[in-house]
Amino acid sequence: MKYIEGFRDADAARFLHDKLAATGEELAREGRTVRVMEVCGSHTMAIARFGVRGMLPDTVSLLSGPGCPVCVTDAAYIDAAIELAEREIIIATFGDMMRVPGSRETLAQLRAAGAEVEVCYSPEGALVLARNNPEREVVFLGIGFETTTAPVVSLVHTAQAQGVRNLSVLTAFKLVPPALDALIADVEVQIDAFLCPAHVSAIIGSEAYRPIVEQHSIPCAVAGFEPLDILYGVQVLAEMLAQDKPALVNHYARVVRPEGNLAAKTLIDAYLEPVDAGWRGLGELPRSGLGLRERWSAYDAAKRFSVSTRGGSFDPRCRCGDVLKGKIIPPQCPIFGKVCTPDNPVGACMVSSEGSCAAYYRYSRTD
Amino acid sequence: MCLAIPMKLIELNDLGGGTAQLEGARYEVNLSLVEGAEVGDYLIVHAGFAIETLDQEEADARLELFGKMAEAYREEGTRGESA
Ligand code: SF4
Repeated sequence: MKYIEGFRDADAARFLHDKLAATGEELAREGRTVRVMEVCGSHTMAIARFGVRGMLPDTVSLLSGPGCPVCVTDAAYIDAAIELAEREIIIATFGDMMRVPGSRETLAQLRAAGAEVEVCYSPEGALVLARNNPEREVVFLGIGFETTTAPVVSLVHTAQAQGVRNLSVLTAFKLVPPALDALIADVEVQIDAFLCPAHVSAIIGSEAYRPIVEQHSIPCAVAGFEPLDILYGVQVLAEMLAQDKPALVNHYARVVRPEGNLAAKTLIDAYLEPVDAGWRGLGELPRSGLGLRERWSAYDAAKRFSVSTRGGSFDPRCRCGDVLKGKIIPPQCPIFGKVCTPDNPVGACMVSSEGSCAAYYRYSRTD
Repeated sequence: MCLAIPMKLIELNDLGGGTAQLEGARYEVNLSLVEGAEVGDYLIVHAGFAIETLDQEEADARLELFGKMAEAYREEGTRGESA
């Protein structure tokens, strides 16, 4: 696997570290910080797994933002899924959702009590379930950012084309750019630059971040998932800060095009429209999600079965909201690693392997 | 959910999908979101769907750049030692 090794070369990492240290120091002398936020769960995981934070000089910090789709899923959404399962509807979901705490319980607990909750590797699994159970209703839990939205919409498209009528989607799709806007607007959050997601950008295109650079003068770099991709991205961002030249750069051109994946964008636009959405920890953000257009409401589980995905409550001890905004790092949560562990998660950030708390827990203990 | 490493497309099927391979394991992949994917292409796969094909030239250019950085570091290192 020569291909992978080249993206993990230790000497290239040392080269980037030295450059970054020089730039960081230069900025520190002027009293300026290099606080880079990454907004992608797979970046969070890669950073923890490869120990990227340990490769950064003290003057540079890498914060994890709201990039894990499971982590930003509202408790009320889980409550709605549970309500559907209690009505004998078959729930099909990505495995990560099973242990996300709702207001009272999780889907895993419900399944243990006999409800039909099926884990799918791909949304296509839900189509198979619907075909195999023609007398039953099947609801797929449609969560995720732009990357996941495209496959789920493709499921609706296929169901519609093939006349499958017992399948619908409980939507809670989220958009990355509005979340970045909300973080910029939050005076308590201080971010100097964004390391933009890799595969979300494959769908929406690198140009989607142009307004952030132009309106807020915050440098943005799209980067891949390999350790050198991440380090280089951070180094380039620091350089832009030092030169006071905020720009948008695409350092993942091997996958991301400026305009994104047009086939996926066209499909998404045909079925979905922007809606206000509730984010765990960030609250309700205007036009930050996607919902099915009126025309396709037969596939909209919330409408079809009249359930609400709003409201809901979560454990007041959980500081997920502050973690997702980069205000604290997971070990600063008083119950991190003690009461809240991956085996017994109190908050959503400890559930998915992409969650900041889970990533910190897993990799800071094996060091 | 998101597999960060590209998978190699090794077979196309009649239904517009294909089989991709990663470290010896095979995966069924839906190809409806990528136009014109061919056997031998590397795919970025998410939730069972290919969302992009890898641009090999861009990948090679990046590897070359990182290779140069590693070389530059090693040269600096040897100079530092002999000084
Ligand atoms: S450690 Fe657990 S309780 Fe604390 S913020 Fe993270 S998920 Fe929430």
